[in-house]
Amino acid sequence: MSAELKKAVPAEAAGRAPDRGGPGPWFSRAVLRNGPLGGLIALAAVMAVLSRDFLNGQNLLNVGVQASVTAILAFGVTFVIVSAGIDLSVGSVAGLSAIVVAWAATDRGLPVWTAVLLGLAVGAAAGLASGALVAHGRLPAFIATLAMLSVGRGLALVLSGGSPIAFPASVSALGDTLGGWLPVPVLVMIAMGLIAALILARTYTGRAMFAIGGNEEAARLSGIDVKRRKLVIYALSGLFAAVAGIVLAARLTSAQPQAAMGYELDAIAAVVIGGASLSGGSGKASGTLIGALILAVLRNGLNLLSVSAFWQQVATGLVIALAVLLDTLRRRSAR
Amino acid sequence: MSGVDDDVPGGSDRELLRMEGVTKSFPGVRALDGVDLTLRGGEVHVLLGENGAGKSTLIKMLSGVHRPDEGRITAHGQEVHIRSAQDAERLGIATIHQEFTLVPGLTVAENIFLGRQPRTALGLVDRKTMRAGAAELLHRVRLDVPPGTPVAELGIARRQMVEIAKALSLNARVLIMDEPTAVLTSGEVETLFGVVRELRDAGVGIIFITHHLEEIGALGDRVTVLRDGRSVAEVPAATGENELIRLMVGRDIAEQYPRRRPDGPGAPLLKVRSLTRYATGARRGTAAAPVFEGIDFEVRAGEVVGLAGLVGAGRTELVRAVFGVDRYDAGTVEIDGRTLARGDVRAAMRAGLGLVPEDRKGQGLVLDASLQDNLTLARLDRDTRRGFVDRGGQRRAAAAVAERLKVRMSGLAQHARTLSGGNQQKVVIGKWLLTDTRLLILDEPTRGVDVGAKVEIYRLINELTAAGRAVLMISSDLPEVLGMSDRVLVMAQGRLAGELPAGEATQDAVMELAVRAPGRNTNESAGESFDVR
Repeated sequence: MSAELKKAVPAEAAGRAPDRGGPGPWFSRAVLRNGPLGGLIALAAVMAVLSRDFLNGQNLLNVGVQASVTAILAFGVTFVIVSAGIDLSVGSVAGLSAIVVAWAATDRGLPVWTAVLLGLAVGAAAGLASGALVAHGRLPAFIATLAMLSVGRGLALVLSGGSPIAFPASVSALGDTLGGWLPVPVLVMIAMGLIAALILARTYTGRAMFAIGGNEEAARLSGIDVKRRKLVIYALSGLFAAVAGIVLAARLTSAQPQAAMGYELDAIAAVVIGGASLSGGSGKASGTLIGALILAVLRNGLNLLSVSAFWQQVATGLVIALAVLLDTLRRRSAR
Repeated sequence: MSGVDDDVPGGSDRELLRMEGVTKSFPGVRALDGVDLTLRGGEVHVLLGENGAGKSTLIKMLSGVHRPDEGRITAHGQEVHIRSAQDAERLGIATIHQEFTLVPGLTVAENIFLGRQPRTALGLVDRKTMRAGAAELLHRVRLDVPPGTPVAELGIARRQMVEIAKALSLNARVLIMDEPTAVLTSGEVETLFGVVRELRDAGVGIIFITHHLEEIGALGDRVTVLRDGRSVAEVPAATGENELIRLMVGRDIAEQYPRRRPDGPGAPLLKVRSLTRYATGARRGTAAAPVFEGIDFEVRAGEVVGLAGLVGAGRTELVRAVFGVDRYDAGTVEIDGRTLARGDVRAAMRAGLGLVPEDRKGQGLVLDASLQDNLTLARLDRDTRRGFVDRGGQRRAAAAVAERLKVRMSGLAQHARTLSGGNQQKVVIGKWLLTDTRLLILDEPTRGVDVGAKVEIYRLINELTAAGRAVLMISSDLPEVLGMSDRVLVMAQGRLAGELPAGEATQDAVMELAVRAPGRNTNESAGESFDVR
């Protein structure tokens, strides 16, 4: 869906039609101008009107918790999408990393911090492997990470024997609350978001992501070591996926081999709703956070309204399409 | 809006089109400024001007791509508004662009009647009628191919004839041709001229864009000269070439190339020794010609070395190999006497090389990134401390170089895509001024760049060499090569055909070396690949 929408952008740029339609009604103008944030506010306003429980503080924290795993995955995917790649493996890698932590701590009796480091390392290594296939093997990112999706899930099943493994209690605190009300997953999400923003805006790898995604050949001719950067980019995506997997397992207090299945699609949706272009070269951590929150608000609100899970899927699809459509219109009118 | 064929019979002197005071601005540039142009039936009206003078914008107005901000366009004395390709078609205006609009997978006949295929009673395409119609049109343009031939099987000259046949099928009374001879050999040019003359004699008005001055006398009736978006003169086609150049450039050529040559040769910076690259597959024993072979030359501090040759002579491939972008199979590249690692752009940059590639948009710029990001891209390494980029330092550096190069922009946050060609090129060059580039390789640095920006680029070359740096410049614009280089290397078919000091480098001498090819392709007209003025 979004690939198709993105194609519309260059076609429009090539057409260079002179004068586009004048200002529309104020509402659509306000939404167009403010992009994803405007969409989030509008959606939250609608939910607040439809359900009295939505604006309740506890419920809003729930929305944050629901958004957290998707958001952390999506921050990692943002790196990849900004560099004009795609990572379909993050859900599997998240599941695998959580299994590795639980297996090392519970089955093998390793110290918890070692187990966590091992889980993070496995996530980064999985990303590195995808990155190597993309950068050195010249596989399309779609294929390389599709392969990793399968391998990661398979390894999680092998390691766990197909059954859940209890998560070490001290790590499970990550799924808990601070002071009885502030959910730790939300804090982790905010911390990872800040790190992602810092990486994108201020680090060599971050700036290289935009250059590679915008024009890989120009980046190469300007002395960016494109291959090595791609390794780092996919490794970062794997690392963020590992964090997301650990947070998810902590909330459930057990690592499940099937955990986070299909989450990669939510993550990609969050990145794209947040205004990143699948053709690369643009994207922001704040946009990705908003994208994840939009998905979470939608699900939470529809739950409050007792909409069936089947219809929720339909609604989610429509919101993704609408969000990206609006964003495309916004960019077009900005040119 | 009036139809063209309604009222007036096909007299040859009647006015077909008139543009008065036509003005068009794009963000940051005034592309056209009060341009006047008239076209009569039965004339070939040459539109002459340098790159960026506004020729393309002008013809895009007649084909419905752009609309004028000010001024009016009249056809047969009635004002018209050409809002779309369909409007242009209704007015009998057909345009043959440099990039053809044919569908390679379809046949010649299908292309000619694309979207207007004759139908049978059942609503199916009537192939018989279509082929017969196509055959007649092909006969008129003297193109001897069966209408059922797929366009993909035709060479560029024949495709052009198909485009003309298509225009005829639309009953075009005004035919606009944008540099139709740029890609043709001299024999093909003669055929084209024959067809154009026949159309002219049949009362069609033709707007003909060319860079080849010798074609003007051979084909044209009148010439309108555009310069910096203004129509500066309308003269008979018999006007002398020197006068045309003066009108086009607005000053003498000597002033256009402000090269200050160094007093004496500096220390050798770059030494290239027997550099060779075989064509892919050549090592398996096929007789494919090498991409380049046995190339020896050096570049000294403070000099500008021009690299001339026909398109396809291997110049771009050579400099890309020197800069480490592409591989080479034998030979060495030395800088300051040290051998440079093969295929390593970063090593080349550390040694002081920089490359402004031929394809500015495809290889030089990140179009949807800010000017600051573009200008500082090549120095991202040095602006990074412990993994973090000094964005403040980058902003200051970018601002300073943008100021120095007089980049016309709204600010450093502007995206590269929205700049004019000349300003885009300044950004690509500016990128290398922000690193310690001691030898700047420029590949077609002024292609698609307006006159003003061109001179600024030349001045910059002077500044660089005065500061002891060196420039290696590929250019297919012969006057530019001659005007700016201290020495000219000429490549022909992958080999260095010769080297000429500035004093001996004339158009004739360079051309002779460029076409003196060992063996093949001597029938290709040399003039096609150079802008000879």
